[in-house]
Amino acid sequence: MSLNLLLADVTDSNTLMLLLTVFVLAVFVGFEIITKIPPTLHTPLMSGSNAISGITLIGALGAAGTGNSTVAQVLGCVAVALATMNVVGGFLVTHRMLGMFRKKD
Amino acid sequence: MSDDLLNLTYLFAAVLFILGLKGLTHPRTAVRGNILGAVAMLLATVATLSTAGLKYEFILVGLAIGTVVGLVFALKIQMTDMPQLVALFNGFGGGASVLVAGALLLTLKSAEATVEGLIATAASGLIGAVTFSGSLIAFAKLQELKFVRDLRFPGQQAINAGLSLACLLLGFWLVSAPETAVTAYWLIVVAALALGVFLVISIGGADMPVVIALLNSYSGLAAAATGFVIQNTVLIIAGSLVGASGIILTKIMCVAMNRSLVNVLFGTMGQTGGGMALSSDEVYSTVKSTSADEVAMLLDVASRVVIVPGYGMAVAQAQHAVSDLYDELIKRGITCEFGIHPVAGRMPGHMNVLLAEADIPYEALKEMDDINRELERVDVTIVLGANDVVNPLARTDPGSPIAGMPIIDVDKSRTVVIIKRSLSPGFAQIPNPLFAAENALMLFGDGRAATVDILKALQES
Repeated sequence: MSLNLLLADVTDSNTLMLLLTVFVLAVFVGFEIITKIPPTLHTPLMSGSNAISGITLIGALGAAGTGNSTVAQVLGCVAVALATMNVVGGFLVTHRMLGMFRKKD
Repeated sequence: MSDDLLNLTYLFAAVLFILGLKGLTHPRTAVRGNILGAVAMLLATVATLSTAGLKYEFILVGLAIGTVVGLVFALKIQMTDMPQLVALFNGFGGGASVLVAGALLLTLKSAEATVEGLIATAASGLIGAVTFSGSLIAFAKLQELKFVRDLRFPGQQAINAGLSLACLLLGFWLVSAPETAVTAYWLIVVAALALGVFLVISIGGADMPVVIALLNSYSGLAAAATGFVIQNTVLIIAGSLVGASGIILTKIMCVAMNRSLVNVLFGTMGQTGGGMALSSDEVYSTVKSTSADEVAMLLDVASRVVIVPGYGMAVAQAQHAVSDLYDELIKRGITCEFGIHPVAGRMPGHMNVLLAEADIPYEALKEMDDINRELERVDVTIVLGANDVVNPLARTDPGSPIAGMPIIDVDKSRTVVIIKRSLSPGFAQIPNPLFAAENALMLFGDGRAATVDILKALQES
């Protein structure tokens, strides 16, 4: 599991620059691929992208599984539950919606 | 699983997220895109779970609860309630980010803290908490829960400014004094929760599409901030993709209302005043009321019909009745299309989802600009539960609160039938001269009942 940026011994300014680079480039990729989205798909795009933002689940799993205090683990556990609702509910309801758009031509 | 293999899996997942999101932008590839996104999430989750040294009790409890609740929500939700559900899910994502950063901070020994890590933690808590409470308020408003009203009170913007400042100061405290970081963190969260409430509480119903799109963006940014905290690139990539997508939708919604984001968030809709300032009595002196039978006769001899739906259609649950009417018109060889304003309804694309649910082919759903080119050649336009988005004052009165907002020019078709309960104003609180136009007929009543009556009358003719 990749380590915590909070820990001094595993980070240096290069790591931060690397992460910032990834962030900025990903924002640009996002802008590029989502231009000209047809209005018909605005709602599915929102709920689908919303499910993707549930990626916080990865962080939540780490927090729930490695926390060294019960409080931290309980916080992690609630985070896992919230993120999982976001992920499972989001992808499924998007699928339901898109099925309605698809079934007739 | 080795670190390298884990990171390669994360990279693969990030690529799938990008492809999946790209797929969601075209009707033909959207289903596959969504599935790609889900597969990416599954891969990343399984890879993380196979990391050595995890204790699974808490993880499994969280996964089980989340899966069950998520399934129930996704399967039970009515399509008319989609805006609420998206708001709620946005909030969950934000809440998860707050808790992850908070849990990691507890695990931290203060001597090990870095400035970058602490800044990322503060950002995660701040954005996550604003997303969480803002989304819950948006949910409550969309659900029309009694205890939330559109509140505006003097000093509201001062409170917002004060809370923002408090968050920043607490952030400085957190970064400069790692030994008390936990206290500072939760104070930030509390201030940010309050900020989220105050930001959204004053925003009215018709501005909800902007708010939901913005909160969607925030939920992505919160995930990206958490990615900085745990130094995980897949969180950063997925989060910033969502952040970018939400910003684009926000911008589209603002353009469709001819308002700036600042105006929507802090603005004073209805107070720009001036203009012709006609009272509704003057405007509505020439309103003509009609009956379902008369509308049916008009439709019977029409060759082109356009239906313009608004939030009222969702409220009246009229989409299936509309679909039946659509089928009848098509059966009679009448061309029937839908003109959809980008901000009709309570979230971007709301009307499209409802009409798709009612089995109306998406080819029949036309965008505003496309339908506006055709309206002069249309025999009958039916406006169902829409008001401000068809108000010609947007074109004619530069002093009106909706001046310059692009509208659907229904007044240019030969006859306009407006189905509406009463002459009450829309969200902008201004009278609509369309209702009194020479070629306009008002059909007063509930959207669904009126549509059903028209259909019956048409079938009997």
